[in-house]
Amino acid sequence: MKLSGWGNFPVHDVAMQTPRVVDEVVSSVHAQDMIARGNGRAYGDSALNTHATVNMCGLNRFIAFDADTGVLTAEAGVILGDVIAAMLPRGWFPWVTPGTKFVTLGGMVAADVHGKNHHGFGSFRHCVEWFDLCDAKGDVRRCSRTQNADLFDWTFGAMGLTGVILRVALRLRPVETGWIRQRTIAASDLGAVMALFETHAAATYSVAWIDCLATGKDLGRSLLMLGEHASAYETPARLRAKTATMRQKRRLRVPALLPGGLLNRLTVRAFNAAYYRWGAHNAGSRIVDWDSYFYPLDAILGWNRIYGRKGFTQFQCVLPETSAHDGLEKILKQTALAGMGSFLAVLKRLGPQDGPFSFPMEGFTLALDFPVSPATTRLIKKLEAITLEHHGRFYLAKDSHMSAETLRASDDRIADFTAMRDQLASTAVFRSEQSKRLKI
Amino acid sequence: MTKGPVLILGARSDIARAVAHRFAAMGHPIQLAARNATTLAQDKVDIELRYDVPVTLHECDALDPASYSACVDGLPDLPEIVCCAIGYMGTQAENERDVPMAQTVLRSNFEGPASILSIFANLFEERGFGTIIGISSVAGERGRATNYVYGSAKAGFTAFLSGLRNRLAGKGVHVITVLPGFVATQMTQGMDLPARLTAQPEEVATAIANAVRRKRNVVYVRPIWQLIMLIIRSIPEAIFKKLKI
Repeated sequence: MKLSGWGNFPVHDVAMQTPRVVDEVVSSVHAQDMIARGNGRAYGDSALNTHATVNMCGLNRFIAFDADTGVLTAEAGVILGDVIAAMLPRGWFPWVTPGTKFVTLGGMVAADVHGKNHHGFGSFRHCVEWFDLCDAKGDVRRCSRTQNADLFDWTFGAMGLTGVILRVALRLRPVETGWIRQRTIAASDLGAVMALFETHAAATYSVAWIDCLATGKDLGRSLLMLGEHASAYETPARLRAKTATMRQKRRLRVPALLPGGLLNRLTVRAFNAAYYRWGAHNAGSRIVDWDSYFYPLDAILGWNRIYGRKGFTQFQCVLPETSAHDGLEKILKQTALAGMGSFLAVLKRLGPQDGPFSFPMEGFTLALDFPVSPATTRLIKKLEAITLEHHGRFYLAKDSHMSAETLRASDDRIADFTAMRDQLASTAVFRSEQSKRLKI
Repeated sequence: MTKGPVLILGARSDIARAVAHRFAAMGHPIQLAARNATTLAQDKVDIELRYDVPVTLHECDALDPASYSACVDGLPDLPEIVCCAIGYMGTQAENERDVPMAQTVLRSNFEGPASILSIFANLFEERGFGTIIGISSVAGERGRATNYVYGSAKAGFTAFLSGLRNRLAGKGVHVITVLPGFVATQMTQGMDLPARLTAQPEEVATAIANAVRRKRNVVYVRPIWQLIMLIIRSIPEAIFKKLKI
């Protein structure tokens, strides 16, 4: 069947299997050229293998919950949104969440996802107690900080290339309500928003929407959004009562076939300018529900179709603190010059590096969406070059364009990673179209 | 108000799982019945953890009438709603050559489901309320060369449900016939199904929950199937017999 990642690019004809129980996964692993796939939220070809793609969404059972420690054990295909739906009414919320709740727990481990609290808490690995992994020999291994600790470490961020994640035990955080105190601050340029991130380093959550088409003195103008879990005391009674139930919101759905040219320089520029003014005008504090705060785009099902049938890609890099301002300025200038801005331009302060192969490092990460086109390919080449000059690296969960050479130039951990893969005999067994392209 | 239990027959199927989740999410206690029911222990824990409702497992083999009474007697409460998701398709080529195989298909899709539901129909009638849901198939709307063994059994089941509905209409017991069309499940895995005509199991579950609330009688999960079957039913037999569909 034809299959792609969230960006609808690239599309591959893959053979897909959907196991329902762990034993079916284990028996499918044996010496196969295969990759596990969660809910298909990686943007590019991380979870595609033409020979065998194993859809883990059939393995989606909750296994145990310890109300004393807040540790939930579940099969790897469980969707994060289902965890929230079941656990928030009991006063628990994930420690780390990416920008969509439609990811699987296994996918969160594989990409070692980060959230708006990375600067303070770190990536997803920090709330995972252990996971079970089916290795290249078909052996199921429990991996934790004390058991198979190396494999535990390497698997975070390895995009499924160390084995198939079967079960995950993750710690949840106690929360009093499902409400978030959000504070929005307008920043007139890049320097201002970067300084604001430092000023508000103590905030639990922080992220900035950045107007990637603004130029000149407005370059990098942004809306910084800070968030804190609201205590019961801070939450008005009429809202507190609603916390117990999952808000079933009316969802919009993007129609199947939108013309590719809908998002062009003019529409995006107009949108960005209006959005910035609206945000600056409404700056200040308010209480918002968790769903709107963490997952604004989840309210529009199939928003990835807005870029038309050729698909889109997300460019996401991280630049170390010292060179971040200079590098980000060049990336934004280059993007504005190409006139290819996106609605979704996100800037975030990251904390220290998390593990031997995880994406985050101390510095700033920028994510930009572009519709797939020859012009985009040229622009991405330029943005990659700027990132390399400034000692940055790229997020594999978003990538669909990078070359094996660029990856190696960006990340000095690749040789260790491939050596580890060889040692586990997993190089020929666990492969994705991405790993083939990147030669890892 | 506490909700009444929902019994799912043939609980191992993907549609059955989705239906169990849907009713559990609404707060109904769940009773799962299937062959080798103990192997559903993981699903029991899953549903209990997610929705905080009690789940019980019950041994029931559609092909073994002797297992029915133990299954019914073992239920902690007589369910408010019973949903029959029992079914087995086999492959048409096999069903044509292999008589015992064809009999298994006929019995699994008609004889078994109709027999078990008869028991609940009588119990519900006596009690004066209840909802019976039968998952049949659009394949039962007209026999086609490509799956008439399965289709004819489903045709029988559809007729059975229609008669049951007629019989119980004045007795407070409601009967729903569900015609899912293509669904992406284990049963159809590997088949090349058109995406627009293929529902996810969760869609079937939602359609069923809505049908219970609105007291619908016959439900096509994706409305397009009602039109497709209307066309297929209205083709004259002289033409139909020569078609390859």
